[in-house]
Amino acid sequence: MPNIVVLVKRVPDTNARIVVNGDRVDLSAVKWVISPYDEFAIETALKHKEAAGGTVTALTLGPADSDKVLKDAKAIGVDEIVRVWDDSWNELDSNAIQSALAEAITGLGAEIVYCGKTAADTGAGSTGPGIAERLGWASVSNITDASFGGGITVTSPVENGSAKVSIPGNAVISCDKGGIKVRKPNVKGIMMAKRAQVNVVSAGAPSPTVTIVSQTPPPAKPAGKKYEGGSAAEEVARLLRDEANVI
Amino acid sequence: MSESIVIAETNKGTIAPVTAELVSAAIALGTSPTVVIPCADAGIADGAGYDGVSRTIAVKGDCFANYDAASWAAAIDAAAPSGIIIAAATPQSKDLAARIAARRGISVVQDVVTINGMNLTSPIYSGKAMQTVALSGDAAISVRANVFPPAASSGANVSVVDQSGDVATAVQEIIARASTRLDVAEANIIISGGRGMGSPDNFSHLEKIADVLGAAVGASRAAVDTWEQIPHSMQVGQTGKTVNPNLYIAVGISGAIQHLAGMRSSKYIVAVNKDADAPIFAHADYGIVATWEEALPVLESALSSMMS
Repeated sequence: MPNIVVLVKRVPDTNARIVVNGDRVDLSAVKWVISPYDEFAIETALKHKEAAGGTVTALTLGPADSDKVLKDAKAIGVDEIVRVWDDSWNELDSNAIQSALAEAITGLGAEIVYCGKTAADTGAGSTGPGIAERLGWASVSNITDASFGGGITVTSPVENGSAKVSIPGNAVISCDKGGIKVRKPNVKGIMMAKRAQVNVVSAGAPSPTVTIVSQTPPPAKPAGKKYEGGSAAEEVARLLRDEANVI
Repeated sequence: MSESIVIAETNKGTIAPVTAELVSAAIALGTSPTVVIPCADAGIADGAGYDGVSRTIAVKGDCFANYDAASWAAAIDAAAPSGIIIAAATPQSKDLAARIAARRGISVVQDVVTINGMNLTSPIYSGKAMQTVALSGDAAISVRANVFPPAASSGANVSVVDQSGDVATAVQEIIARASTRLDVAEANIIISGGRGMGSPDNFSHLEKIADVLGAAVGASRAAVDTWEQIPHSMQVGQTGKTVNPNLYIAVGISGAIQHLAGMRSSKYIVAVNKDADAPIFAHADYGIVATWEEALPVLESALSSMMS
């Protein structure tokens, strides 16, 4: 029966305003949530367990303030919650994060890992395929559907359409929204999550070669032209050709 | 000076134009790149040299017939020298860049829009802020389209190396997209509708203009959540697709922060909204305060006569 791991990340709510103070974003006032695509990963992991048995462990990397998203995952229905962290860690780059997560995944004895297609903070989408490479596993990214009758079959986007892909062995699978409907935690789940213990593990992390220099607000746009009434669309069409040169 | 490797973007059996922009990005890093063209048939690499590159290699292998991240990363890693890896910031190439970086034990920086020495800037929080990082070693980076000017073709010779990679996943079936319409992630022009369109049937008016312009049709999250006929694949925004086309036309979209996050880096933005105070107008180069019923027929006929 599969030992399933799902990666979750604590990120600012996607409706949050992002404020810059000095040369860093100031996240002191934002509401924190599970990164939205990770919810599709949790759902897919739970479906896998329902079809094949086994256990689902939610894993995150971060200091103690990340325990909340693990408990949120527990309330939705995962079995175990694990956080990898070392208090000596300061700024981690992708190489360090992936190394530490891959080590933790190996320590958990996982056979399959689900994650969101990107995290809502960086939008990078590097963690899933990067961990797969470190583990020597297959990876399929941005899946929109998964089925578990006789092995794992996922639907993932390809040029001009999508492909049904079968996954013969260990793999990291990153999840898009697609047609996946996520379940919400019930009262029993929320009560169990309150009492749940987070298992904290440590791992090694190479020193970073990518360091943050600054974070800034996006460049402001000069004020545009504004017209009243639908007939102005003719003038706008002309400007798109003659001024903007985009058509 | 560090070396760099540009991984050519391929699309429909040809080398995509963004590849020439990646060469310019490599030159901006102070490097003269090796261009690597992954292909199942080396014919696509004929005459694919660019000005300013040190050499161009077509990496030919059966594994490149379908995308499999593990086999592509293995085959490209084996054929490419060490250095800074540069790929296009498309979903597939970002995935590939992350795997090659992990294979080499180096870091990855995605969605780069500015290069200044070894300092790279990318949007974070879906464009609500920008982050500049410094590289102090080799890394894999992905670069957004429509940012760097394309390098000129040189028509120089391309060498071919055979390289196989063991495929780790099996494609059972390719399902062609039901609609022949462009995907918003691939389009240079996008026209999107929001809940202000009133009903999903009215998206046909957006499609007519999209046909005139060769554009993709997108939607706001509100529209996707309200009408099940509008699929999530059309959604532009922080929980949909992030796009940066040359032209983005937002119709009946108020401009929630979540939507702005997905499209604010578009080169030109046109907004049509009946509410003069809608936040979208603060980001629009050209704003039209009108209902879609008033504005779209005028826009369609003006564009049709221009494009014909």
